Amino acid sequence: MARGIKDKVAILGMGCSKFGERWDSGAEELMLEAYKECLKDAGIDQNQLQAAWFSTAIDEVHVGKSGIPLSTTLRLPNIPVTHVENMCASGTEAFRGACYAVASGAADFALALGVEKLKDTGYGGLPGGRGGPLQVLWNANGTAPGNFAQLATAYMTAHGVSGEDLKRAIGHVSWKSHQNGAKNPKAHLQKAVEMDTILNAPMIASPLGLFDCCGVSDGAAAAIVTTPEIAKALGKKDIVSVKALQLSVSNGSESGHNSWDGSYFHTTRIASKKAYEEAGIKNPRDEVSMFEVHDCFSVTELVTMEDLHISETGKGWKDVLDGFYDADGKIPCQIDGGLKCFGHPIGASGLRMLYEMYLQLQGKAGPRQLANPRIGMTHNLGGAPRENISSVAIVGRYE
Amino acid sequence: MVGIVAFGAYVPRLRLNRQAVYDANKWFAPGLRGLAKGERSMANWDEDSITMAVEASRDCLTSHKAEDVRNIYFASTTHPFKDRQNAGVIGTALNVEQNLSATDIGGSLKAGTSALIAGLNASREGAPTLVAAADKRMARVASSGELNYGDGAAALLCGTENVIAKLVGHHSVSMDFVDHFRGDESDFDYGWEERWIRDEGYSKIVPPAIKAALASCKLKGTDIAHFIMPSPMPAVPKQMAKMVGIGEGAVRDLLGATLGDTGAAHALVMLVDALEAAKAGERIMVVAFGQGVDILVFEVTAEKDKLPARKGLSGWMARRKEEKNYMKFLAFNEMLPIDKGMRAEFDKKTALSVLWRKRDMIYGLVGGKCKVCGTVQFPRSQVCVNPNCHAVDSQDPYAMAGLECSVMSFTADSLTYSPDPPAYYGMITFPEGGRFMADFTDSDKDQVKVGAKMRMTFRIRDNDQMRGGFKRYFWKAAPV
Repeated sequence: MARGIKDKVAILGMGCSKFGERWDSGAEELMLEAYKECLKDAGIDQNQLQAAWFSTAIDEVHVGKSGIPLSTTLRLPNIPVTHVENMCASGTEAFRGACYAVASGAADFALALGVEKLKDTGYGGLPGGRGGPLQVLWNANGTAPGNFAQLATAYMTAHGVSGEDLKRAIGHVSWKSHQNGAKNPKAHLQKAVEMDTILNAPMIASPLGLFDCCGVSDGAAAAIVTTPEIAKALGKKDIVSVKALQLSVSNGSESGHNSWDGSYFHTTRIASKKAYEEAGIKNPRDEVSMFEVHDCFSVTELVTMEDLHISETGKGWKDVLDGFYDADGKIPCQIDGGLKCFGHPIGASGLRMLYEMYLQLQGKAGPRQLANPRIGMTHNLGGAPRENISSVAIVGRYE
Repeated sequence: MVGIVAFGAYVPRLRLNRQAVYDANKWFAPGLRGLAKGERSMANWDEDSITMAVEASRDCLTSHKAEDVRNIYFASTTHPFKDRQNAGVIGTALNVEQNLSATDIGGSLKAGTSALIAGLNASREGAPTLVAAADKRMARVASSGELNYGDGAAALLCGTENVIAKLVGHHSVSMDFVDHFRGDESDFDYGWEERWIRDEGYSKIVPPAIKAALASCKLKGTDIAHFIMPSPMPAVPKQMAKMVGIGEGAVRDLLGATLGDTGAAHALVMLVDALEAAKAGERIMVVAFGQGVDILVFEVTAEKDKLPARKGLSGWMARRKEEKNYMKFLAFNEMLPIDKGMRAEFDKKTALSVLWRKRDMIYGLVGGKCKVCGTVQFPRSQVCVNPNCHAVDSQDPYAMAGLECSVMSFTADSLTYSPDPPAYYGMITFPEGGRFMADFTDSDKDQVKVGAKMRMTFRIRDNDQMRGGFKRYFWKAAPV
C-alpha cells in the first residue's frame, strides 16, 4: 500500500479572481489577479517558486498550448511549467502536480494555477467540436447538458424516482447554490432565485432547464504549496494540509459495456473510496465538514453525493429535499455558490473549490463562514457520465 | 431464367401536406390550386438518394445475403457525389466490397429502368445484381415540381434462382427529346410546355416503342395486367395504354396522391407497388420516358408468394408523419437562409484517411465480438471492453446495423445545432452486447422513452459545405 499524501503538503497561499463574464479581462489579466492574491497570501517571493503546474481545458479559445503563457504572464524565473489538461478536472490536476512535487522533495514551493477565458467565443455555452478525427464521425452530436441530462433519465429509471420528484430535488440543488452565491462577492451569479423560477425555466436539454446548468464564466484560481514544516517555519498559523488526492479515469466500460446503467459515476465511487482511505476517514457522513462538488448540472451534484458515499444510493434526492446539504444543513455543499453560481472557468474550477475550503478552514470566509469546519472535500469531474475523469481532494486542518 | 428475385422500397417518414405548400405560395402562384391535394413524401434533413437507396436495399435484402451480391447499379438524377462512386457507398454500408462491381447510372428519368435492364443482363450468368434507384429532386419555390415530386427509393435484386418475376423481354429507344433538363449549373429542372411534350413526345415516341416491345415478347396489349408508366401528366399513361390496346384497368396508379413522383426511382417504386399486388402468371409492363423510352415486361411466378415478408412500399408508406410546416421543408432543402447560429459553424472537415481505415465501423456499423468472453462491443477495439476480460486482439468483426437496440438514456437537446431541433440522442444498447451514444432520427417526443425499441438507419451526419458538400454518413437510431 502506498503511503499516500496525507499531511505531507500544506497550502501556503491561495488566490482567486472574481469569476464571471469578464469582458474587461483576458486570460492574462485573470491569471495575474489570482496570482497576486495567492503570492501575497503565501508571503514568499516569486523567485522562491521552483516549479509550476498550469491548467486549462479549452486553451484553443484563449491562451493556447504549453506552459509558456503562464511563465510569460507572471514572468516566472525560468522554472519548469507543466501545462495540464484533463477536461473539467484540470484545476485539481494542476494542484495534484504541485503537491506531488513538494511531497517528493523536488520542490519546496510549487505553484498551481488554473485559468479559463471562455467569453471570447461569441456565443453561450461551452465551445464544441473538439473531438478527434474519428470521434466526429460517429459520436452523437451532443453537448454537456445533453450528456448530463441522461444521468437524470437513467437515475429516475434505476431508482423509480418520478420526474416531478427529481425535478424538485435538482431544483433545490440550484436554489441552495443561489442562496449561497448571493453571499459571495467573487461569484459570477450573486442573486437568490425563487423555486418557481427554477422549475419553470426554459428547457436546455430535457429534463434539465436553464437553472439546472452552471454558468459559463471567466476566471482564474491559484495555490502555492509547500511542506507543513516549511509553513510552520515561515510562521504560518491555522495550517491547512492535504489529506488525500485521488483521481479515477474511465476506461470505456461505462460507455461500451452493458454492465453500467447510466445512473451513477463509476469513477467517483472509486476515487472517493480511495481518498477516504488515504485521509484515514472511516465515516465520511460524520467526518467531512463541507463539500465543494462538481455541480456542472444540478443532477450531477445530486448523484455525486451518493457516489461520494454520503447519501445512500437512490436516496440522495431525499437528503437534498431535507436540506441536508444546505448552508444550515448537516454537511453544507457548495457554500461558495458552486459551479452553478461561483462559476465554471474550466481550468480554474478545481482550484476554486480548494480556495473555498482553504478560506473556510482558516475562518476567512466572511458572511458565509461555517462554524468550526475541520475537513473539506472537493470533487472535480471532467467529461460526461459515460466517460470521465473524477478527481477528489480532501484538505483539513493540520494538527 | 433471369428476373427479379427480391424487391424492397423506402419512403421517408415525413409527408408534406400540399395544401400547406399552396397556402404559402398562392399569393404568387394561384394557378397551382389544382395540385394542392394530398401529400408528397419529404426527406428528413439527414436523408439523400444514397441513404434512401441503402434503406431500400436493406429492405430488398431482407431475404438474401448482401455478401452474395456481385454488382450494384445505383440510378438517380441526384447522386450526392459527381465524382465518387455513389453505388460504392451503398456497397460499403451493406458490408459488401470484395467481388463487387459498383456502377452509378444517371442522366435521365429513365435511369432507374436503364439500371434494371443492365442489372438483369448482368445477372444472366448467375451473378446476383442489386439495382437501387433513389431520387431527392429539388424544385423551385412555387413550382409544380415542388408539389408533384416526392422523395423515395426502390431496390430490386436480379438473379436466376427463385425468380419471382421473370424477364419476358425489354426494348429501348434513345432520342434527344428534351422535355426538361437540369444543367450542370442548376439545382432545378427547366421544362418545356406540357402540351408539346404530350403531343410530340409521349404520343409519338412511346406507342411505337411499346408495340415493338410487345412484338418482340410475342404479346398483345391485353396480355398486360399491370401497366406502369410514370408521368407528370396523370392522363398520359392511360392515353398511351389505350393507343396500344392495353386495358385501362391495367394502368397502375401513379401514387401521386400520397407519395409524389420519385424521379428516376419512380418506375421501380411503382414496380415494387405492382409486385406486392401481382398474382402468379400476371404480366407487368414497365415504361420509363426520358430522352427515349425503356420498356421491360415481366411475368410473375409462383415463387412470389414464397418470398419472405418485408416492409416493402406499403410498409414504408404506412410509417407516416404529416408535415404541414412548409418552412421546415424549405429549410431542410437549404432553400431558406435560416439563422443557424454559431454552433453550426464548426468545421466539418473529414479526415479521409481515417474514414478509409474505419469504413467498416462508420459505414457498415461493424463492431467486434470477443473470441475469449463473447462480449459484443462497438467500436471494435484491440482490448476487450469487458471489465472482467480485457483480452488483447481478440475480436472478430460483428455487424450490428441489422440488430434491434433499445434506449438506455436519452435527451432532447436544444443547445446543440441541429437542422431539426431539439436534437434527440442517447445511449442505445444492443441485447447481444454493445452500446454507444447515438444520434436519433425520425423521432418525436412521444416515441423516445427509456426502453423504447430502436432500429439503426443509415443517414447523413454532417454536410461539409465549406468543401463543396462532402456528406458524412453514419448510423442513427430511429423508433421501430
